[in-house]
Amino acid sequence: MCIDCGCATPGHDHSHHHDETHGHDHQHEHDHGHRTIRIGEDLLAKNDRLARRNREAFAARGVFVLNLVSSPGSGKTSILERTLADLKNQVRFAVLEGDQQTSNDADRIAATGVPVKQINTGAGCHLDAHMVGHGVEAFALGATDVLLIENVGNLVCPAAFDLGEDHKVAVLSVTEGEDKPVKYPQMFQAADLLLINKIDLLPYLRFDIEQCKAFARRVNPQVRILELSCQSGEGMQAWYDWLAEGVKAKKAK
Amino acid sequence: MHEVGITRSIVEIAERTAREQGAARVLSVTVAIGALSGVVPEAVEFCFEACTKETLLEGTRLVIDRIPGKGKCRQCDAEVPLDPYTFSCPACGGFDLERLQGEELQIIEMEVD
Repeated sequence: MCIDCGCATPGHDHSHHHDETHGHDHQHEHDHGHRTIRIGEDLLAKNDRLARRNREAFAARGVFVLNLVSSPGSGKTSILERTLADLKNQVRFAVLEGDQQTSNDADRIAATGVPVKQINTGAGCHLDAHMVGHGVEAFALGATDVLLIENVGNLVCPAAFDLGEDHKVAVLSVTEGEDKPVKYPQMFQAADLLLINKIDLLPYLRFDIEQCKAFARRVNPQVRILELSCQSGEGMQAWYDWLAEGVKAKKAK
Repeated sequence: MHEVGITRSIVEIAERTAREQGAARVLSVTVAIGALSGVVPEAVEFCFEACTKETLLEGTRLVIDRIPGKGKCRQCDAEVPLDPYTFSCPACGGFDLERLQGEELQIIEMEVD
């Protein structure tokens, strides 16, 4: 039995009818006729409660947690591979991989020697806090500096689900349209950092990177934007610096 | 389609409350969905029947209270209507808009027997 969420076995997704904190405004009429019951409970309350537990567990161990979100094929896994290869001797990483099917991404991460756990969501289009809470049972969090969560490739649904992360990091590649931020604003509003990937391909494409950045700032004036290519390595250092700052700040808390 | 998960939450919360209150049947359930919540009311309506099958909510009427988005421009202080695709203040053109209303995603009440 899981203490946090009350589920019987880890790694699944059924309903829990107990141990919920909720703000019901119950009416106590006992004639069992037609009556109205006020509820006033957030539909994401369960996810948010579990996300809070995740966040507390990460904070207690000083783990810096990033939730990487993007459309499929933007290069999230490739960015992770390169990052792990370059930094794994200085930083203790763990990686949670979310995909509907296959363990392809987890296999690629495992090849770097970093602890990784694949979560298959099946028909699900995003990771939720419950899956992450159980997913991290695979890791020694006390011996982890950075947890990287690669969300399901989807620019819509993952925006609504808090996983307990410190930041959402959106990845957008230059092979996509520069107007992605204004087409999928929820996701780009939710992200603190935007990585524009595959900039080595810019000479071959009609992608207006300044326009893309302007669109991103239009939906999220505070967003940090870094341009990089995980193939050529250009721009990767700025991302590593951002990561190192985050780790330092988290440990100092 | 994350609306399936959202709809399951509606069923879960309503069933739990109905049991706690000793209700035999849920006649209707009212939910508030804000225009900026990232949840599409039509998609919730679409999967409601499937999600309520063999629950206390089977046959229940779903009432959706659609809350329009409202924001405040940090540049000119104007209060403006907001939809998910409004990025600039209609009054001054500024992009720094604070969301005041429209992110609601709540089960409000239900009628039971």
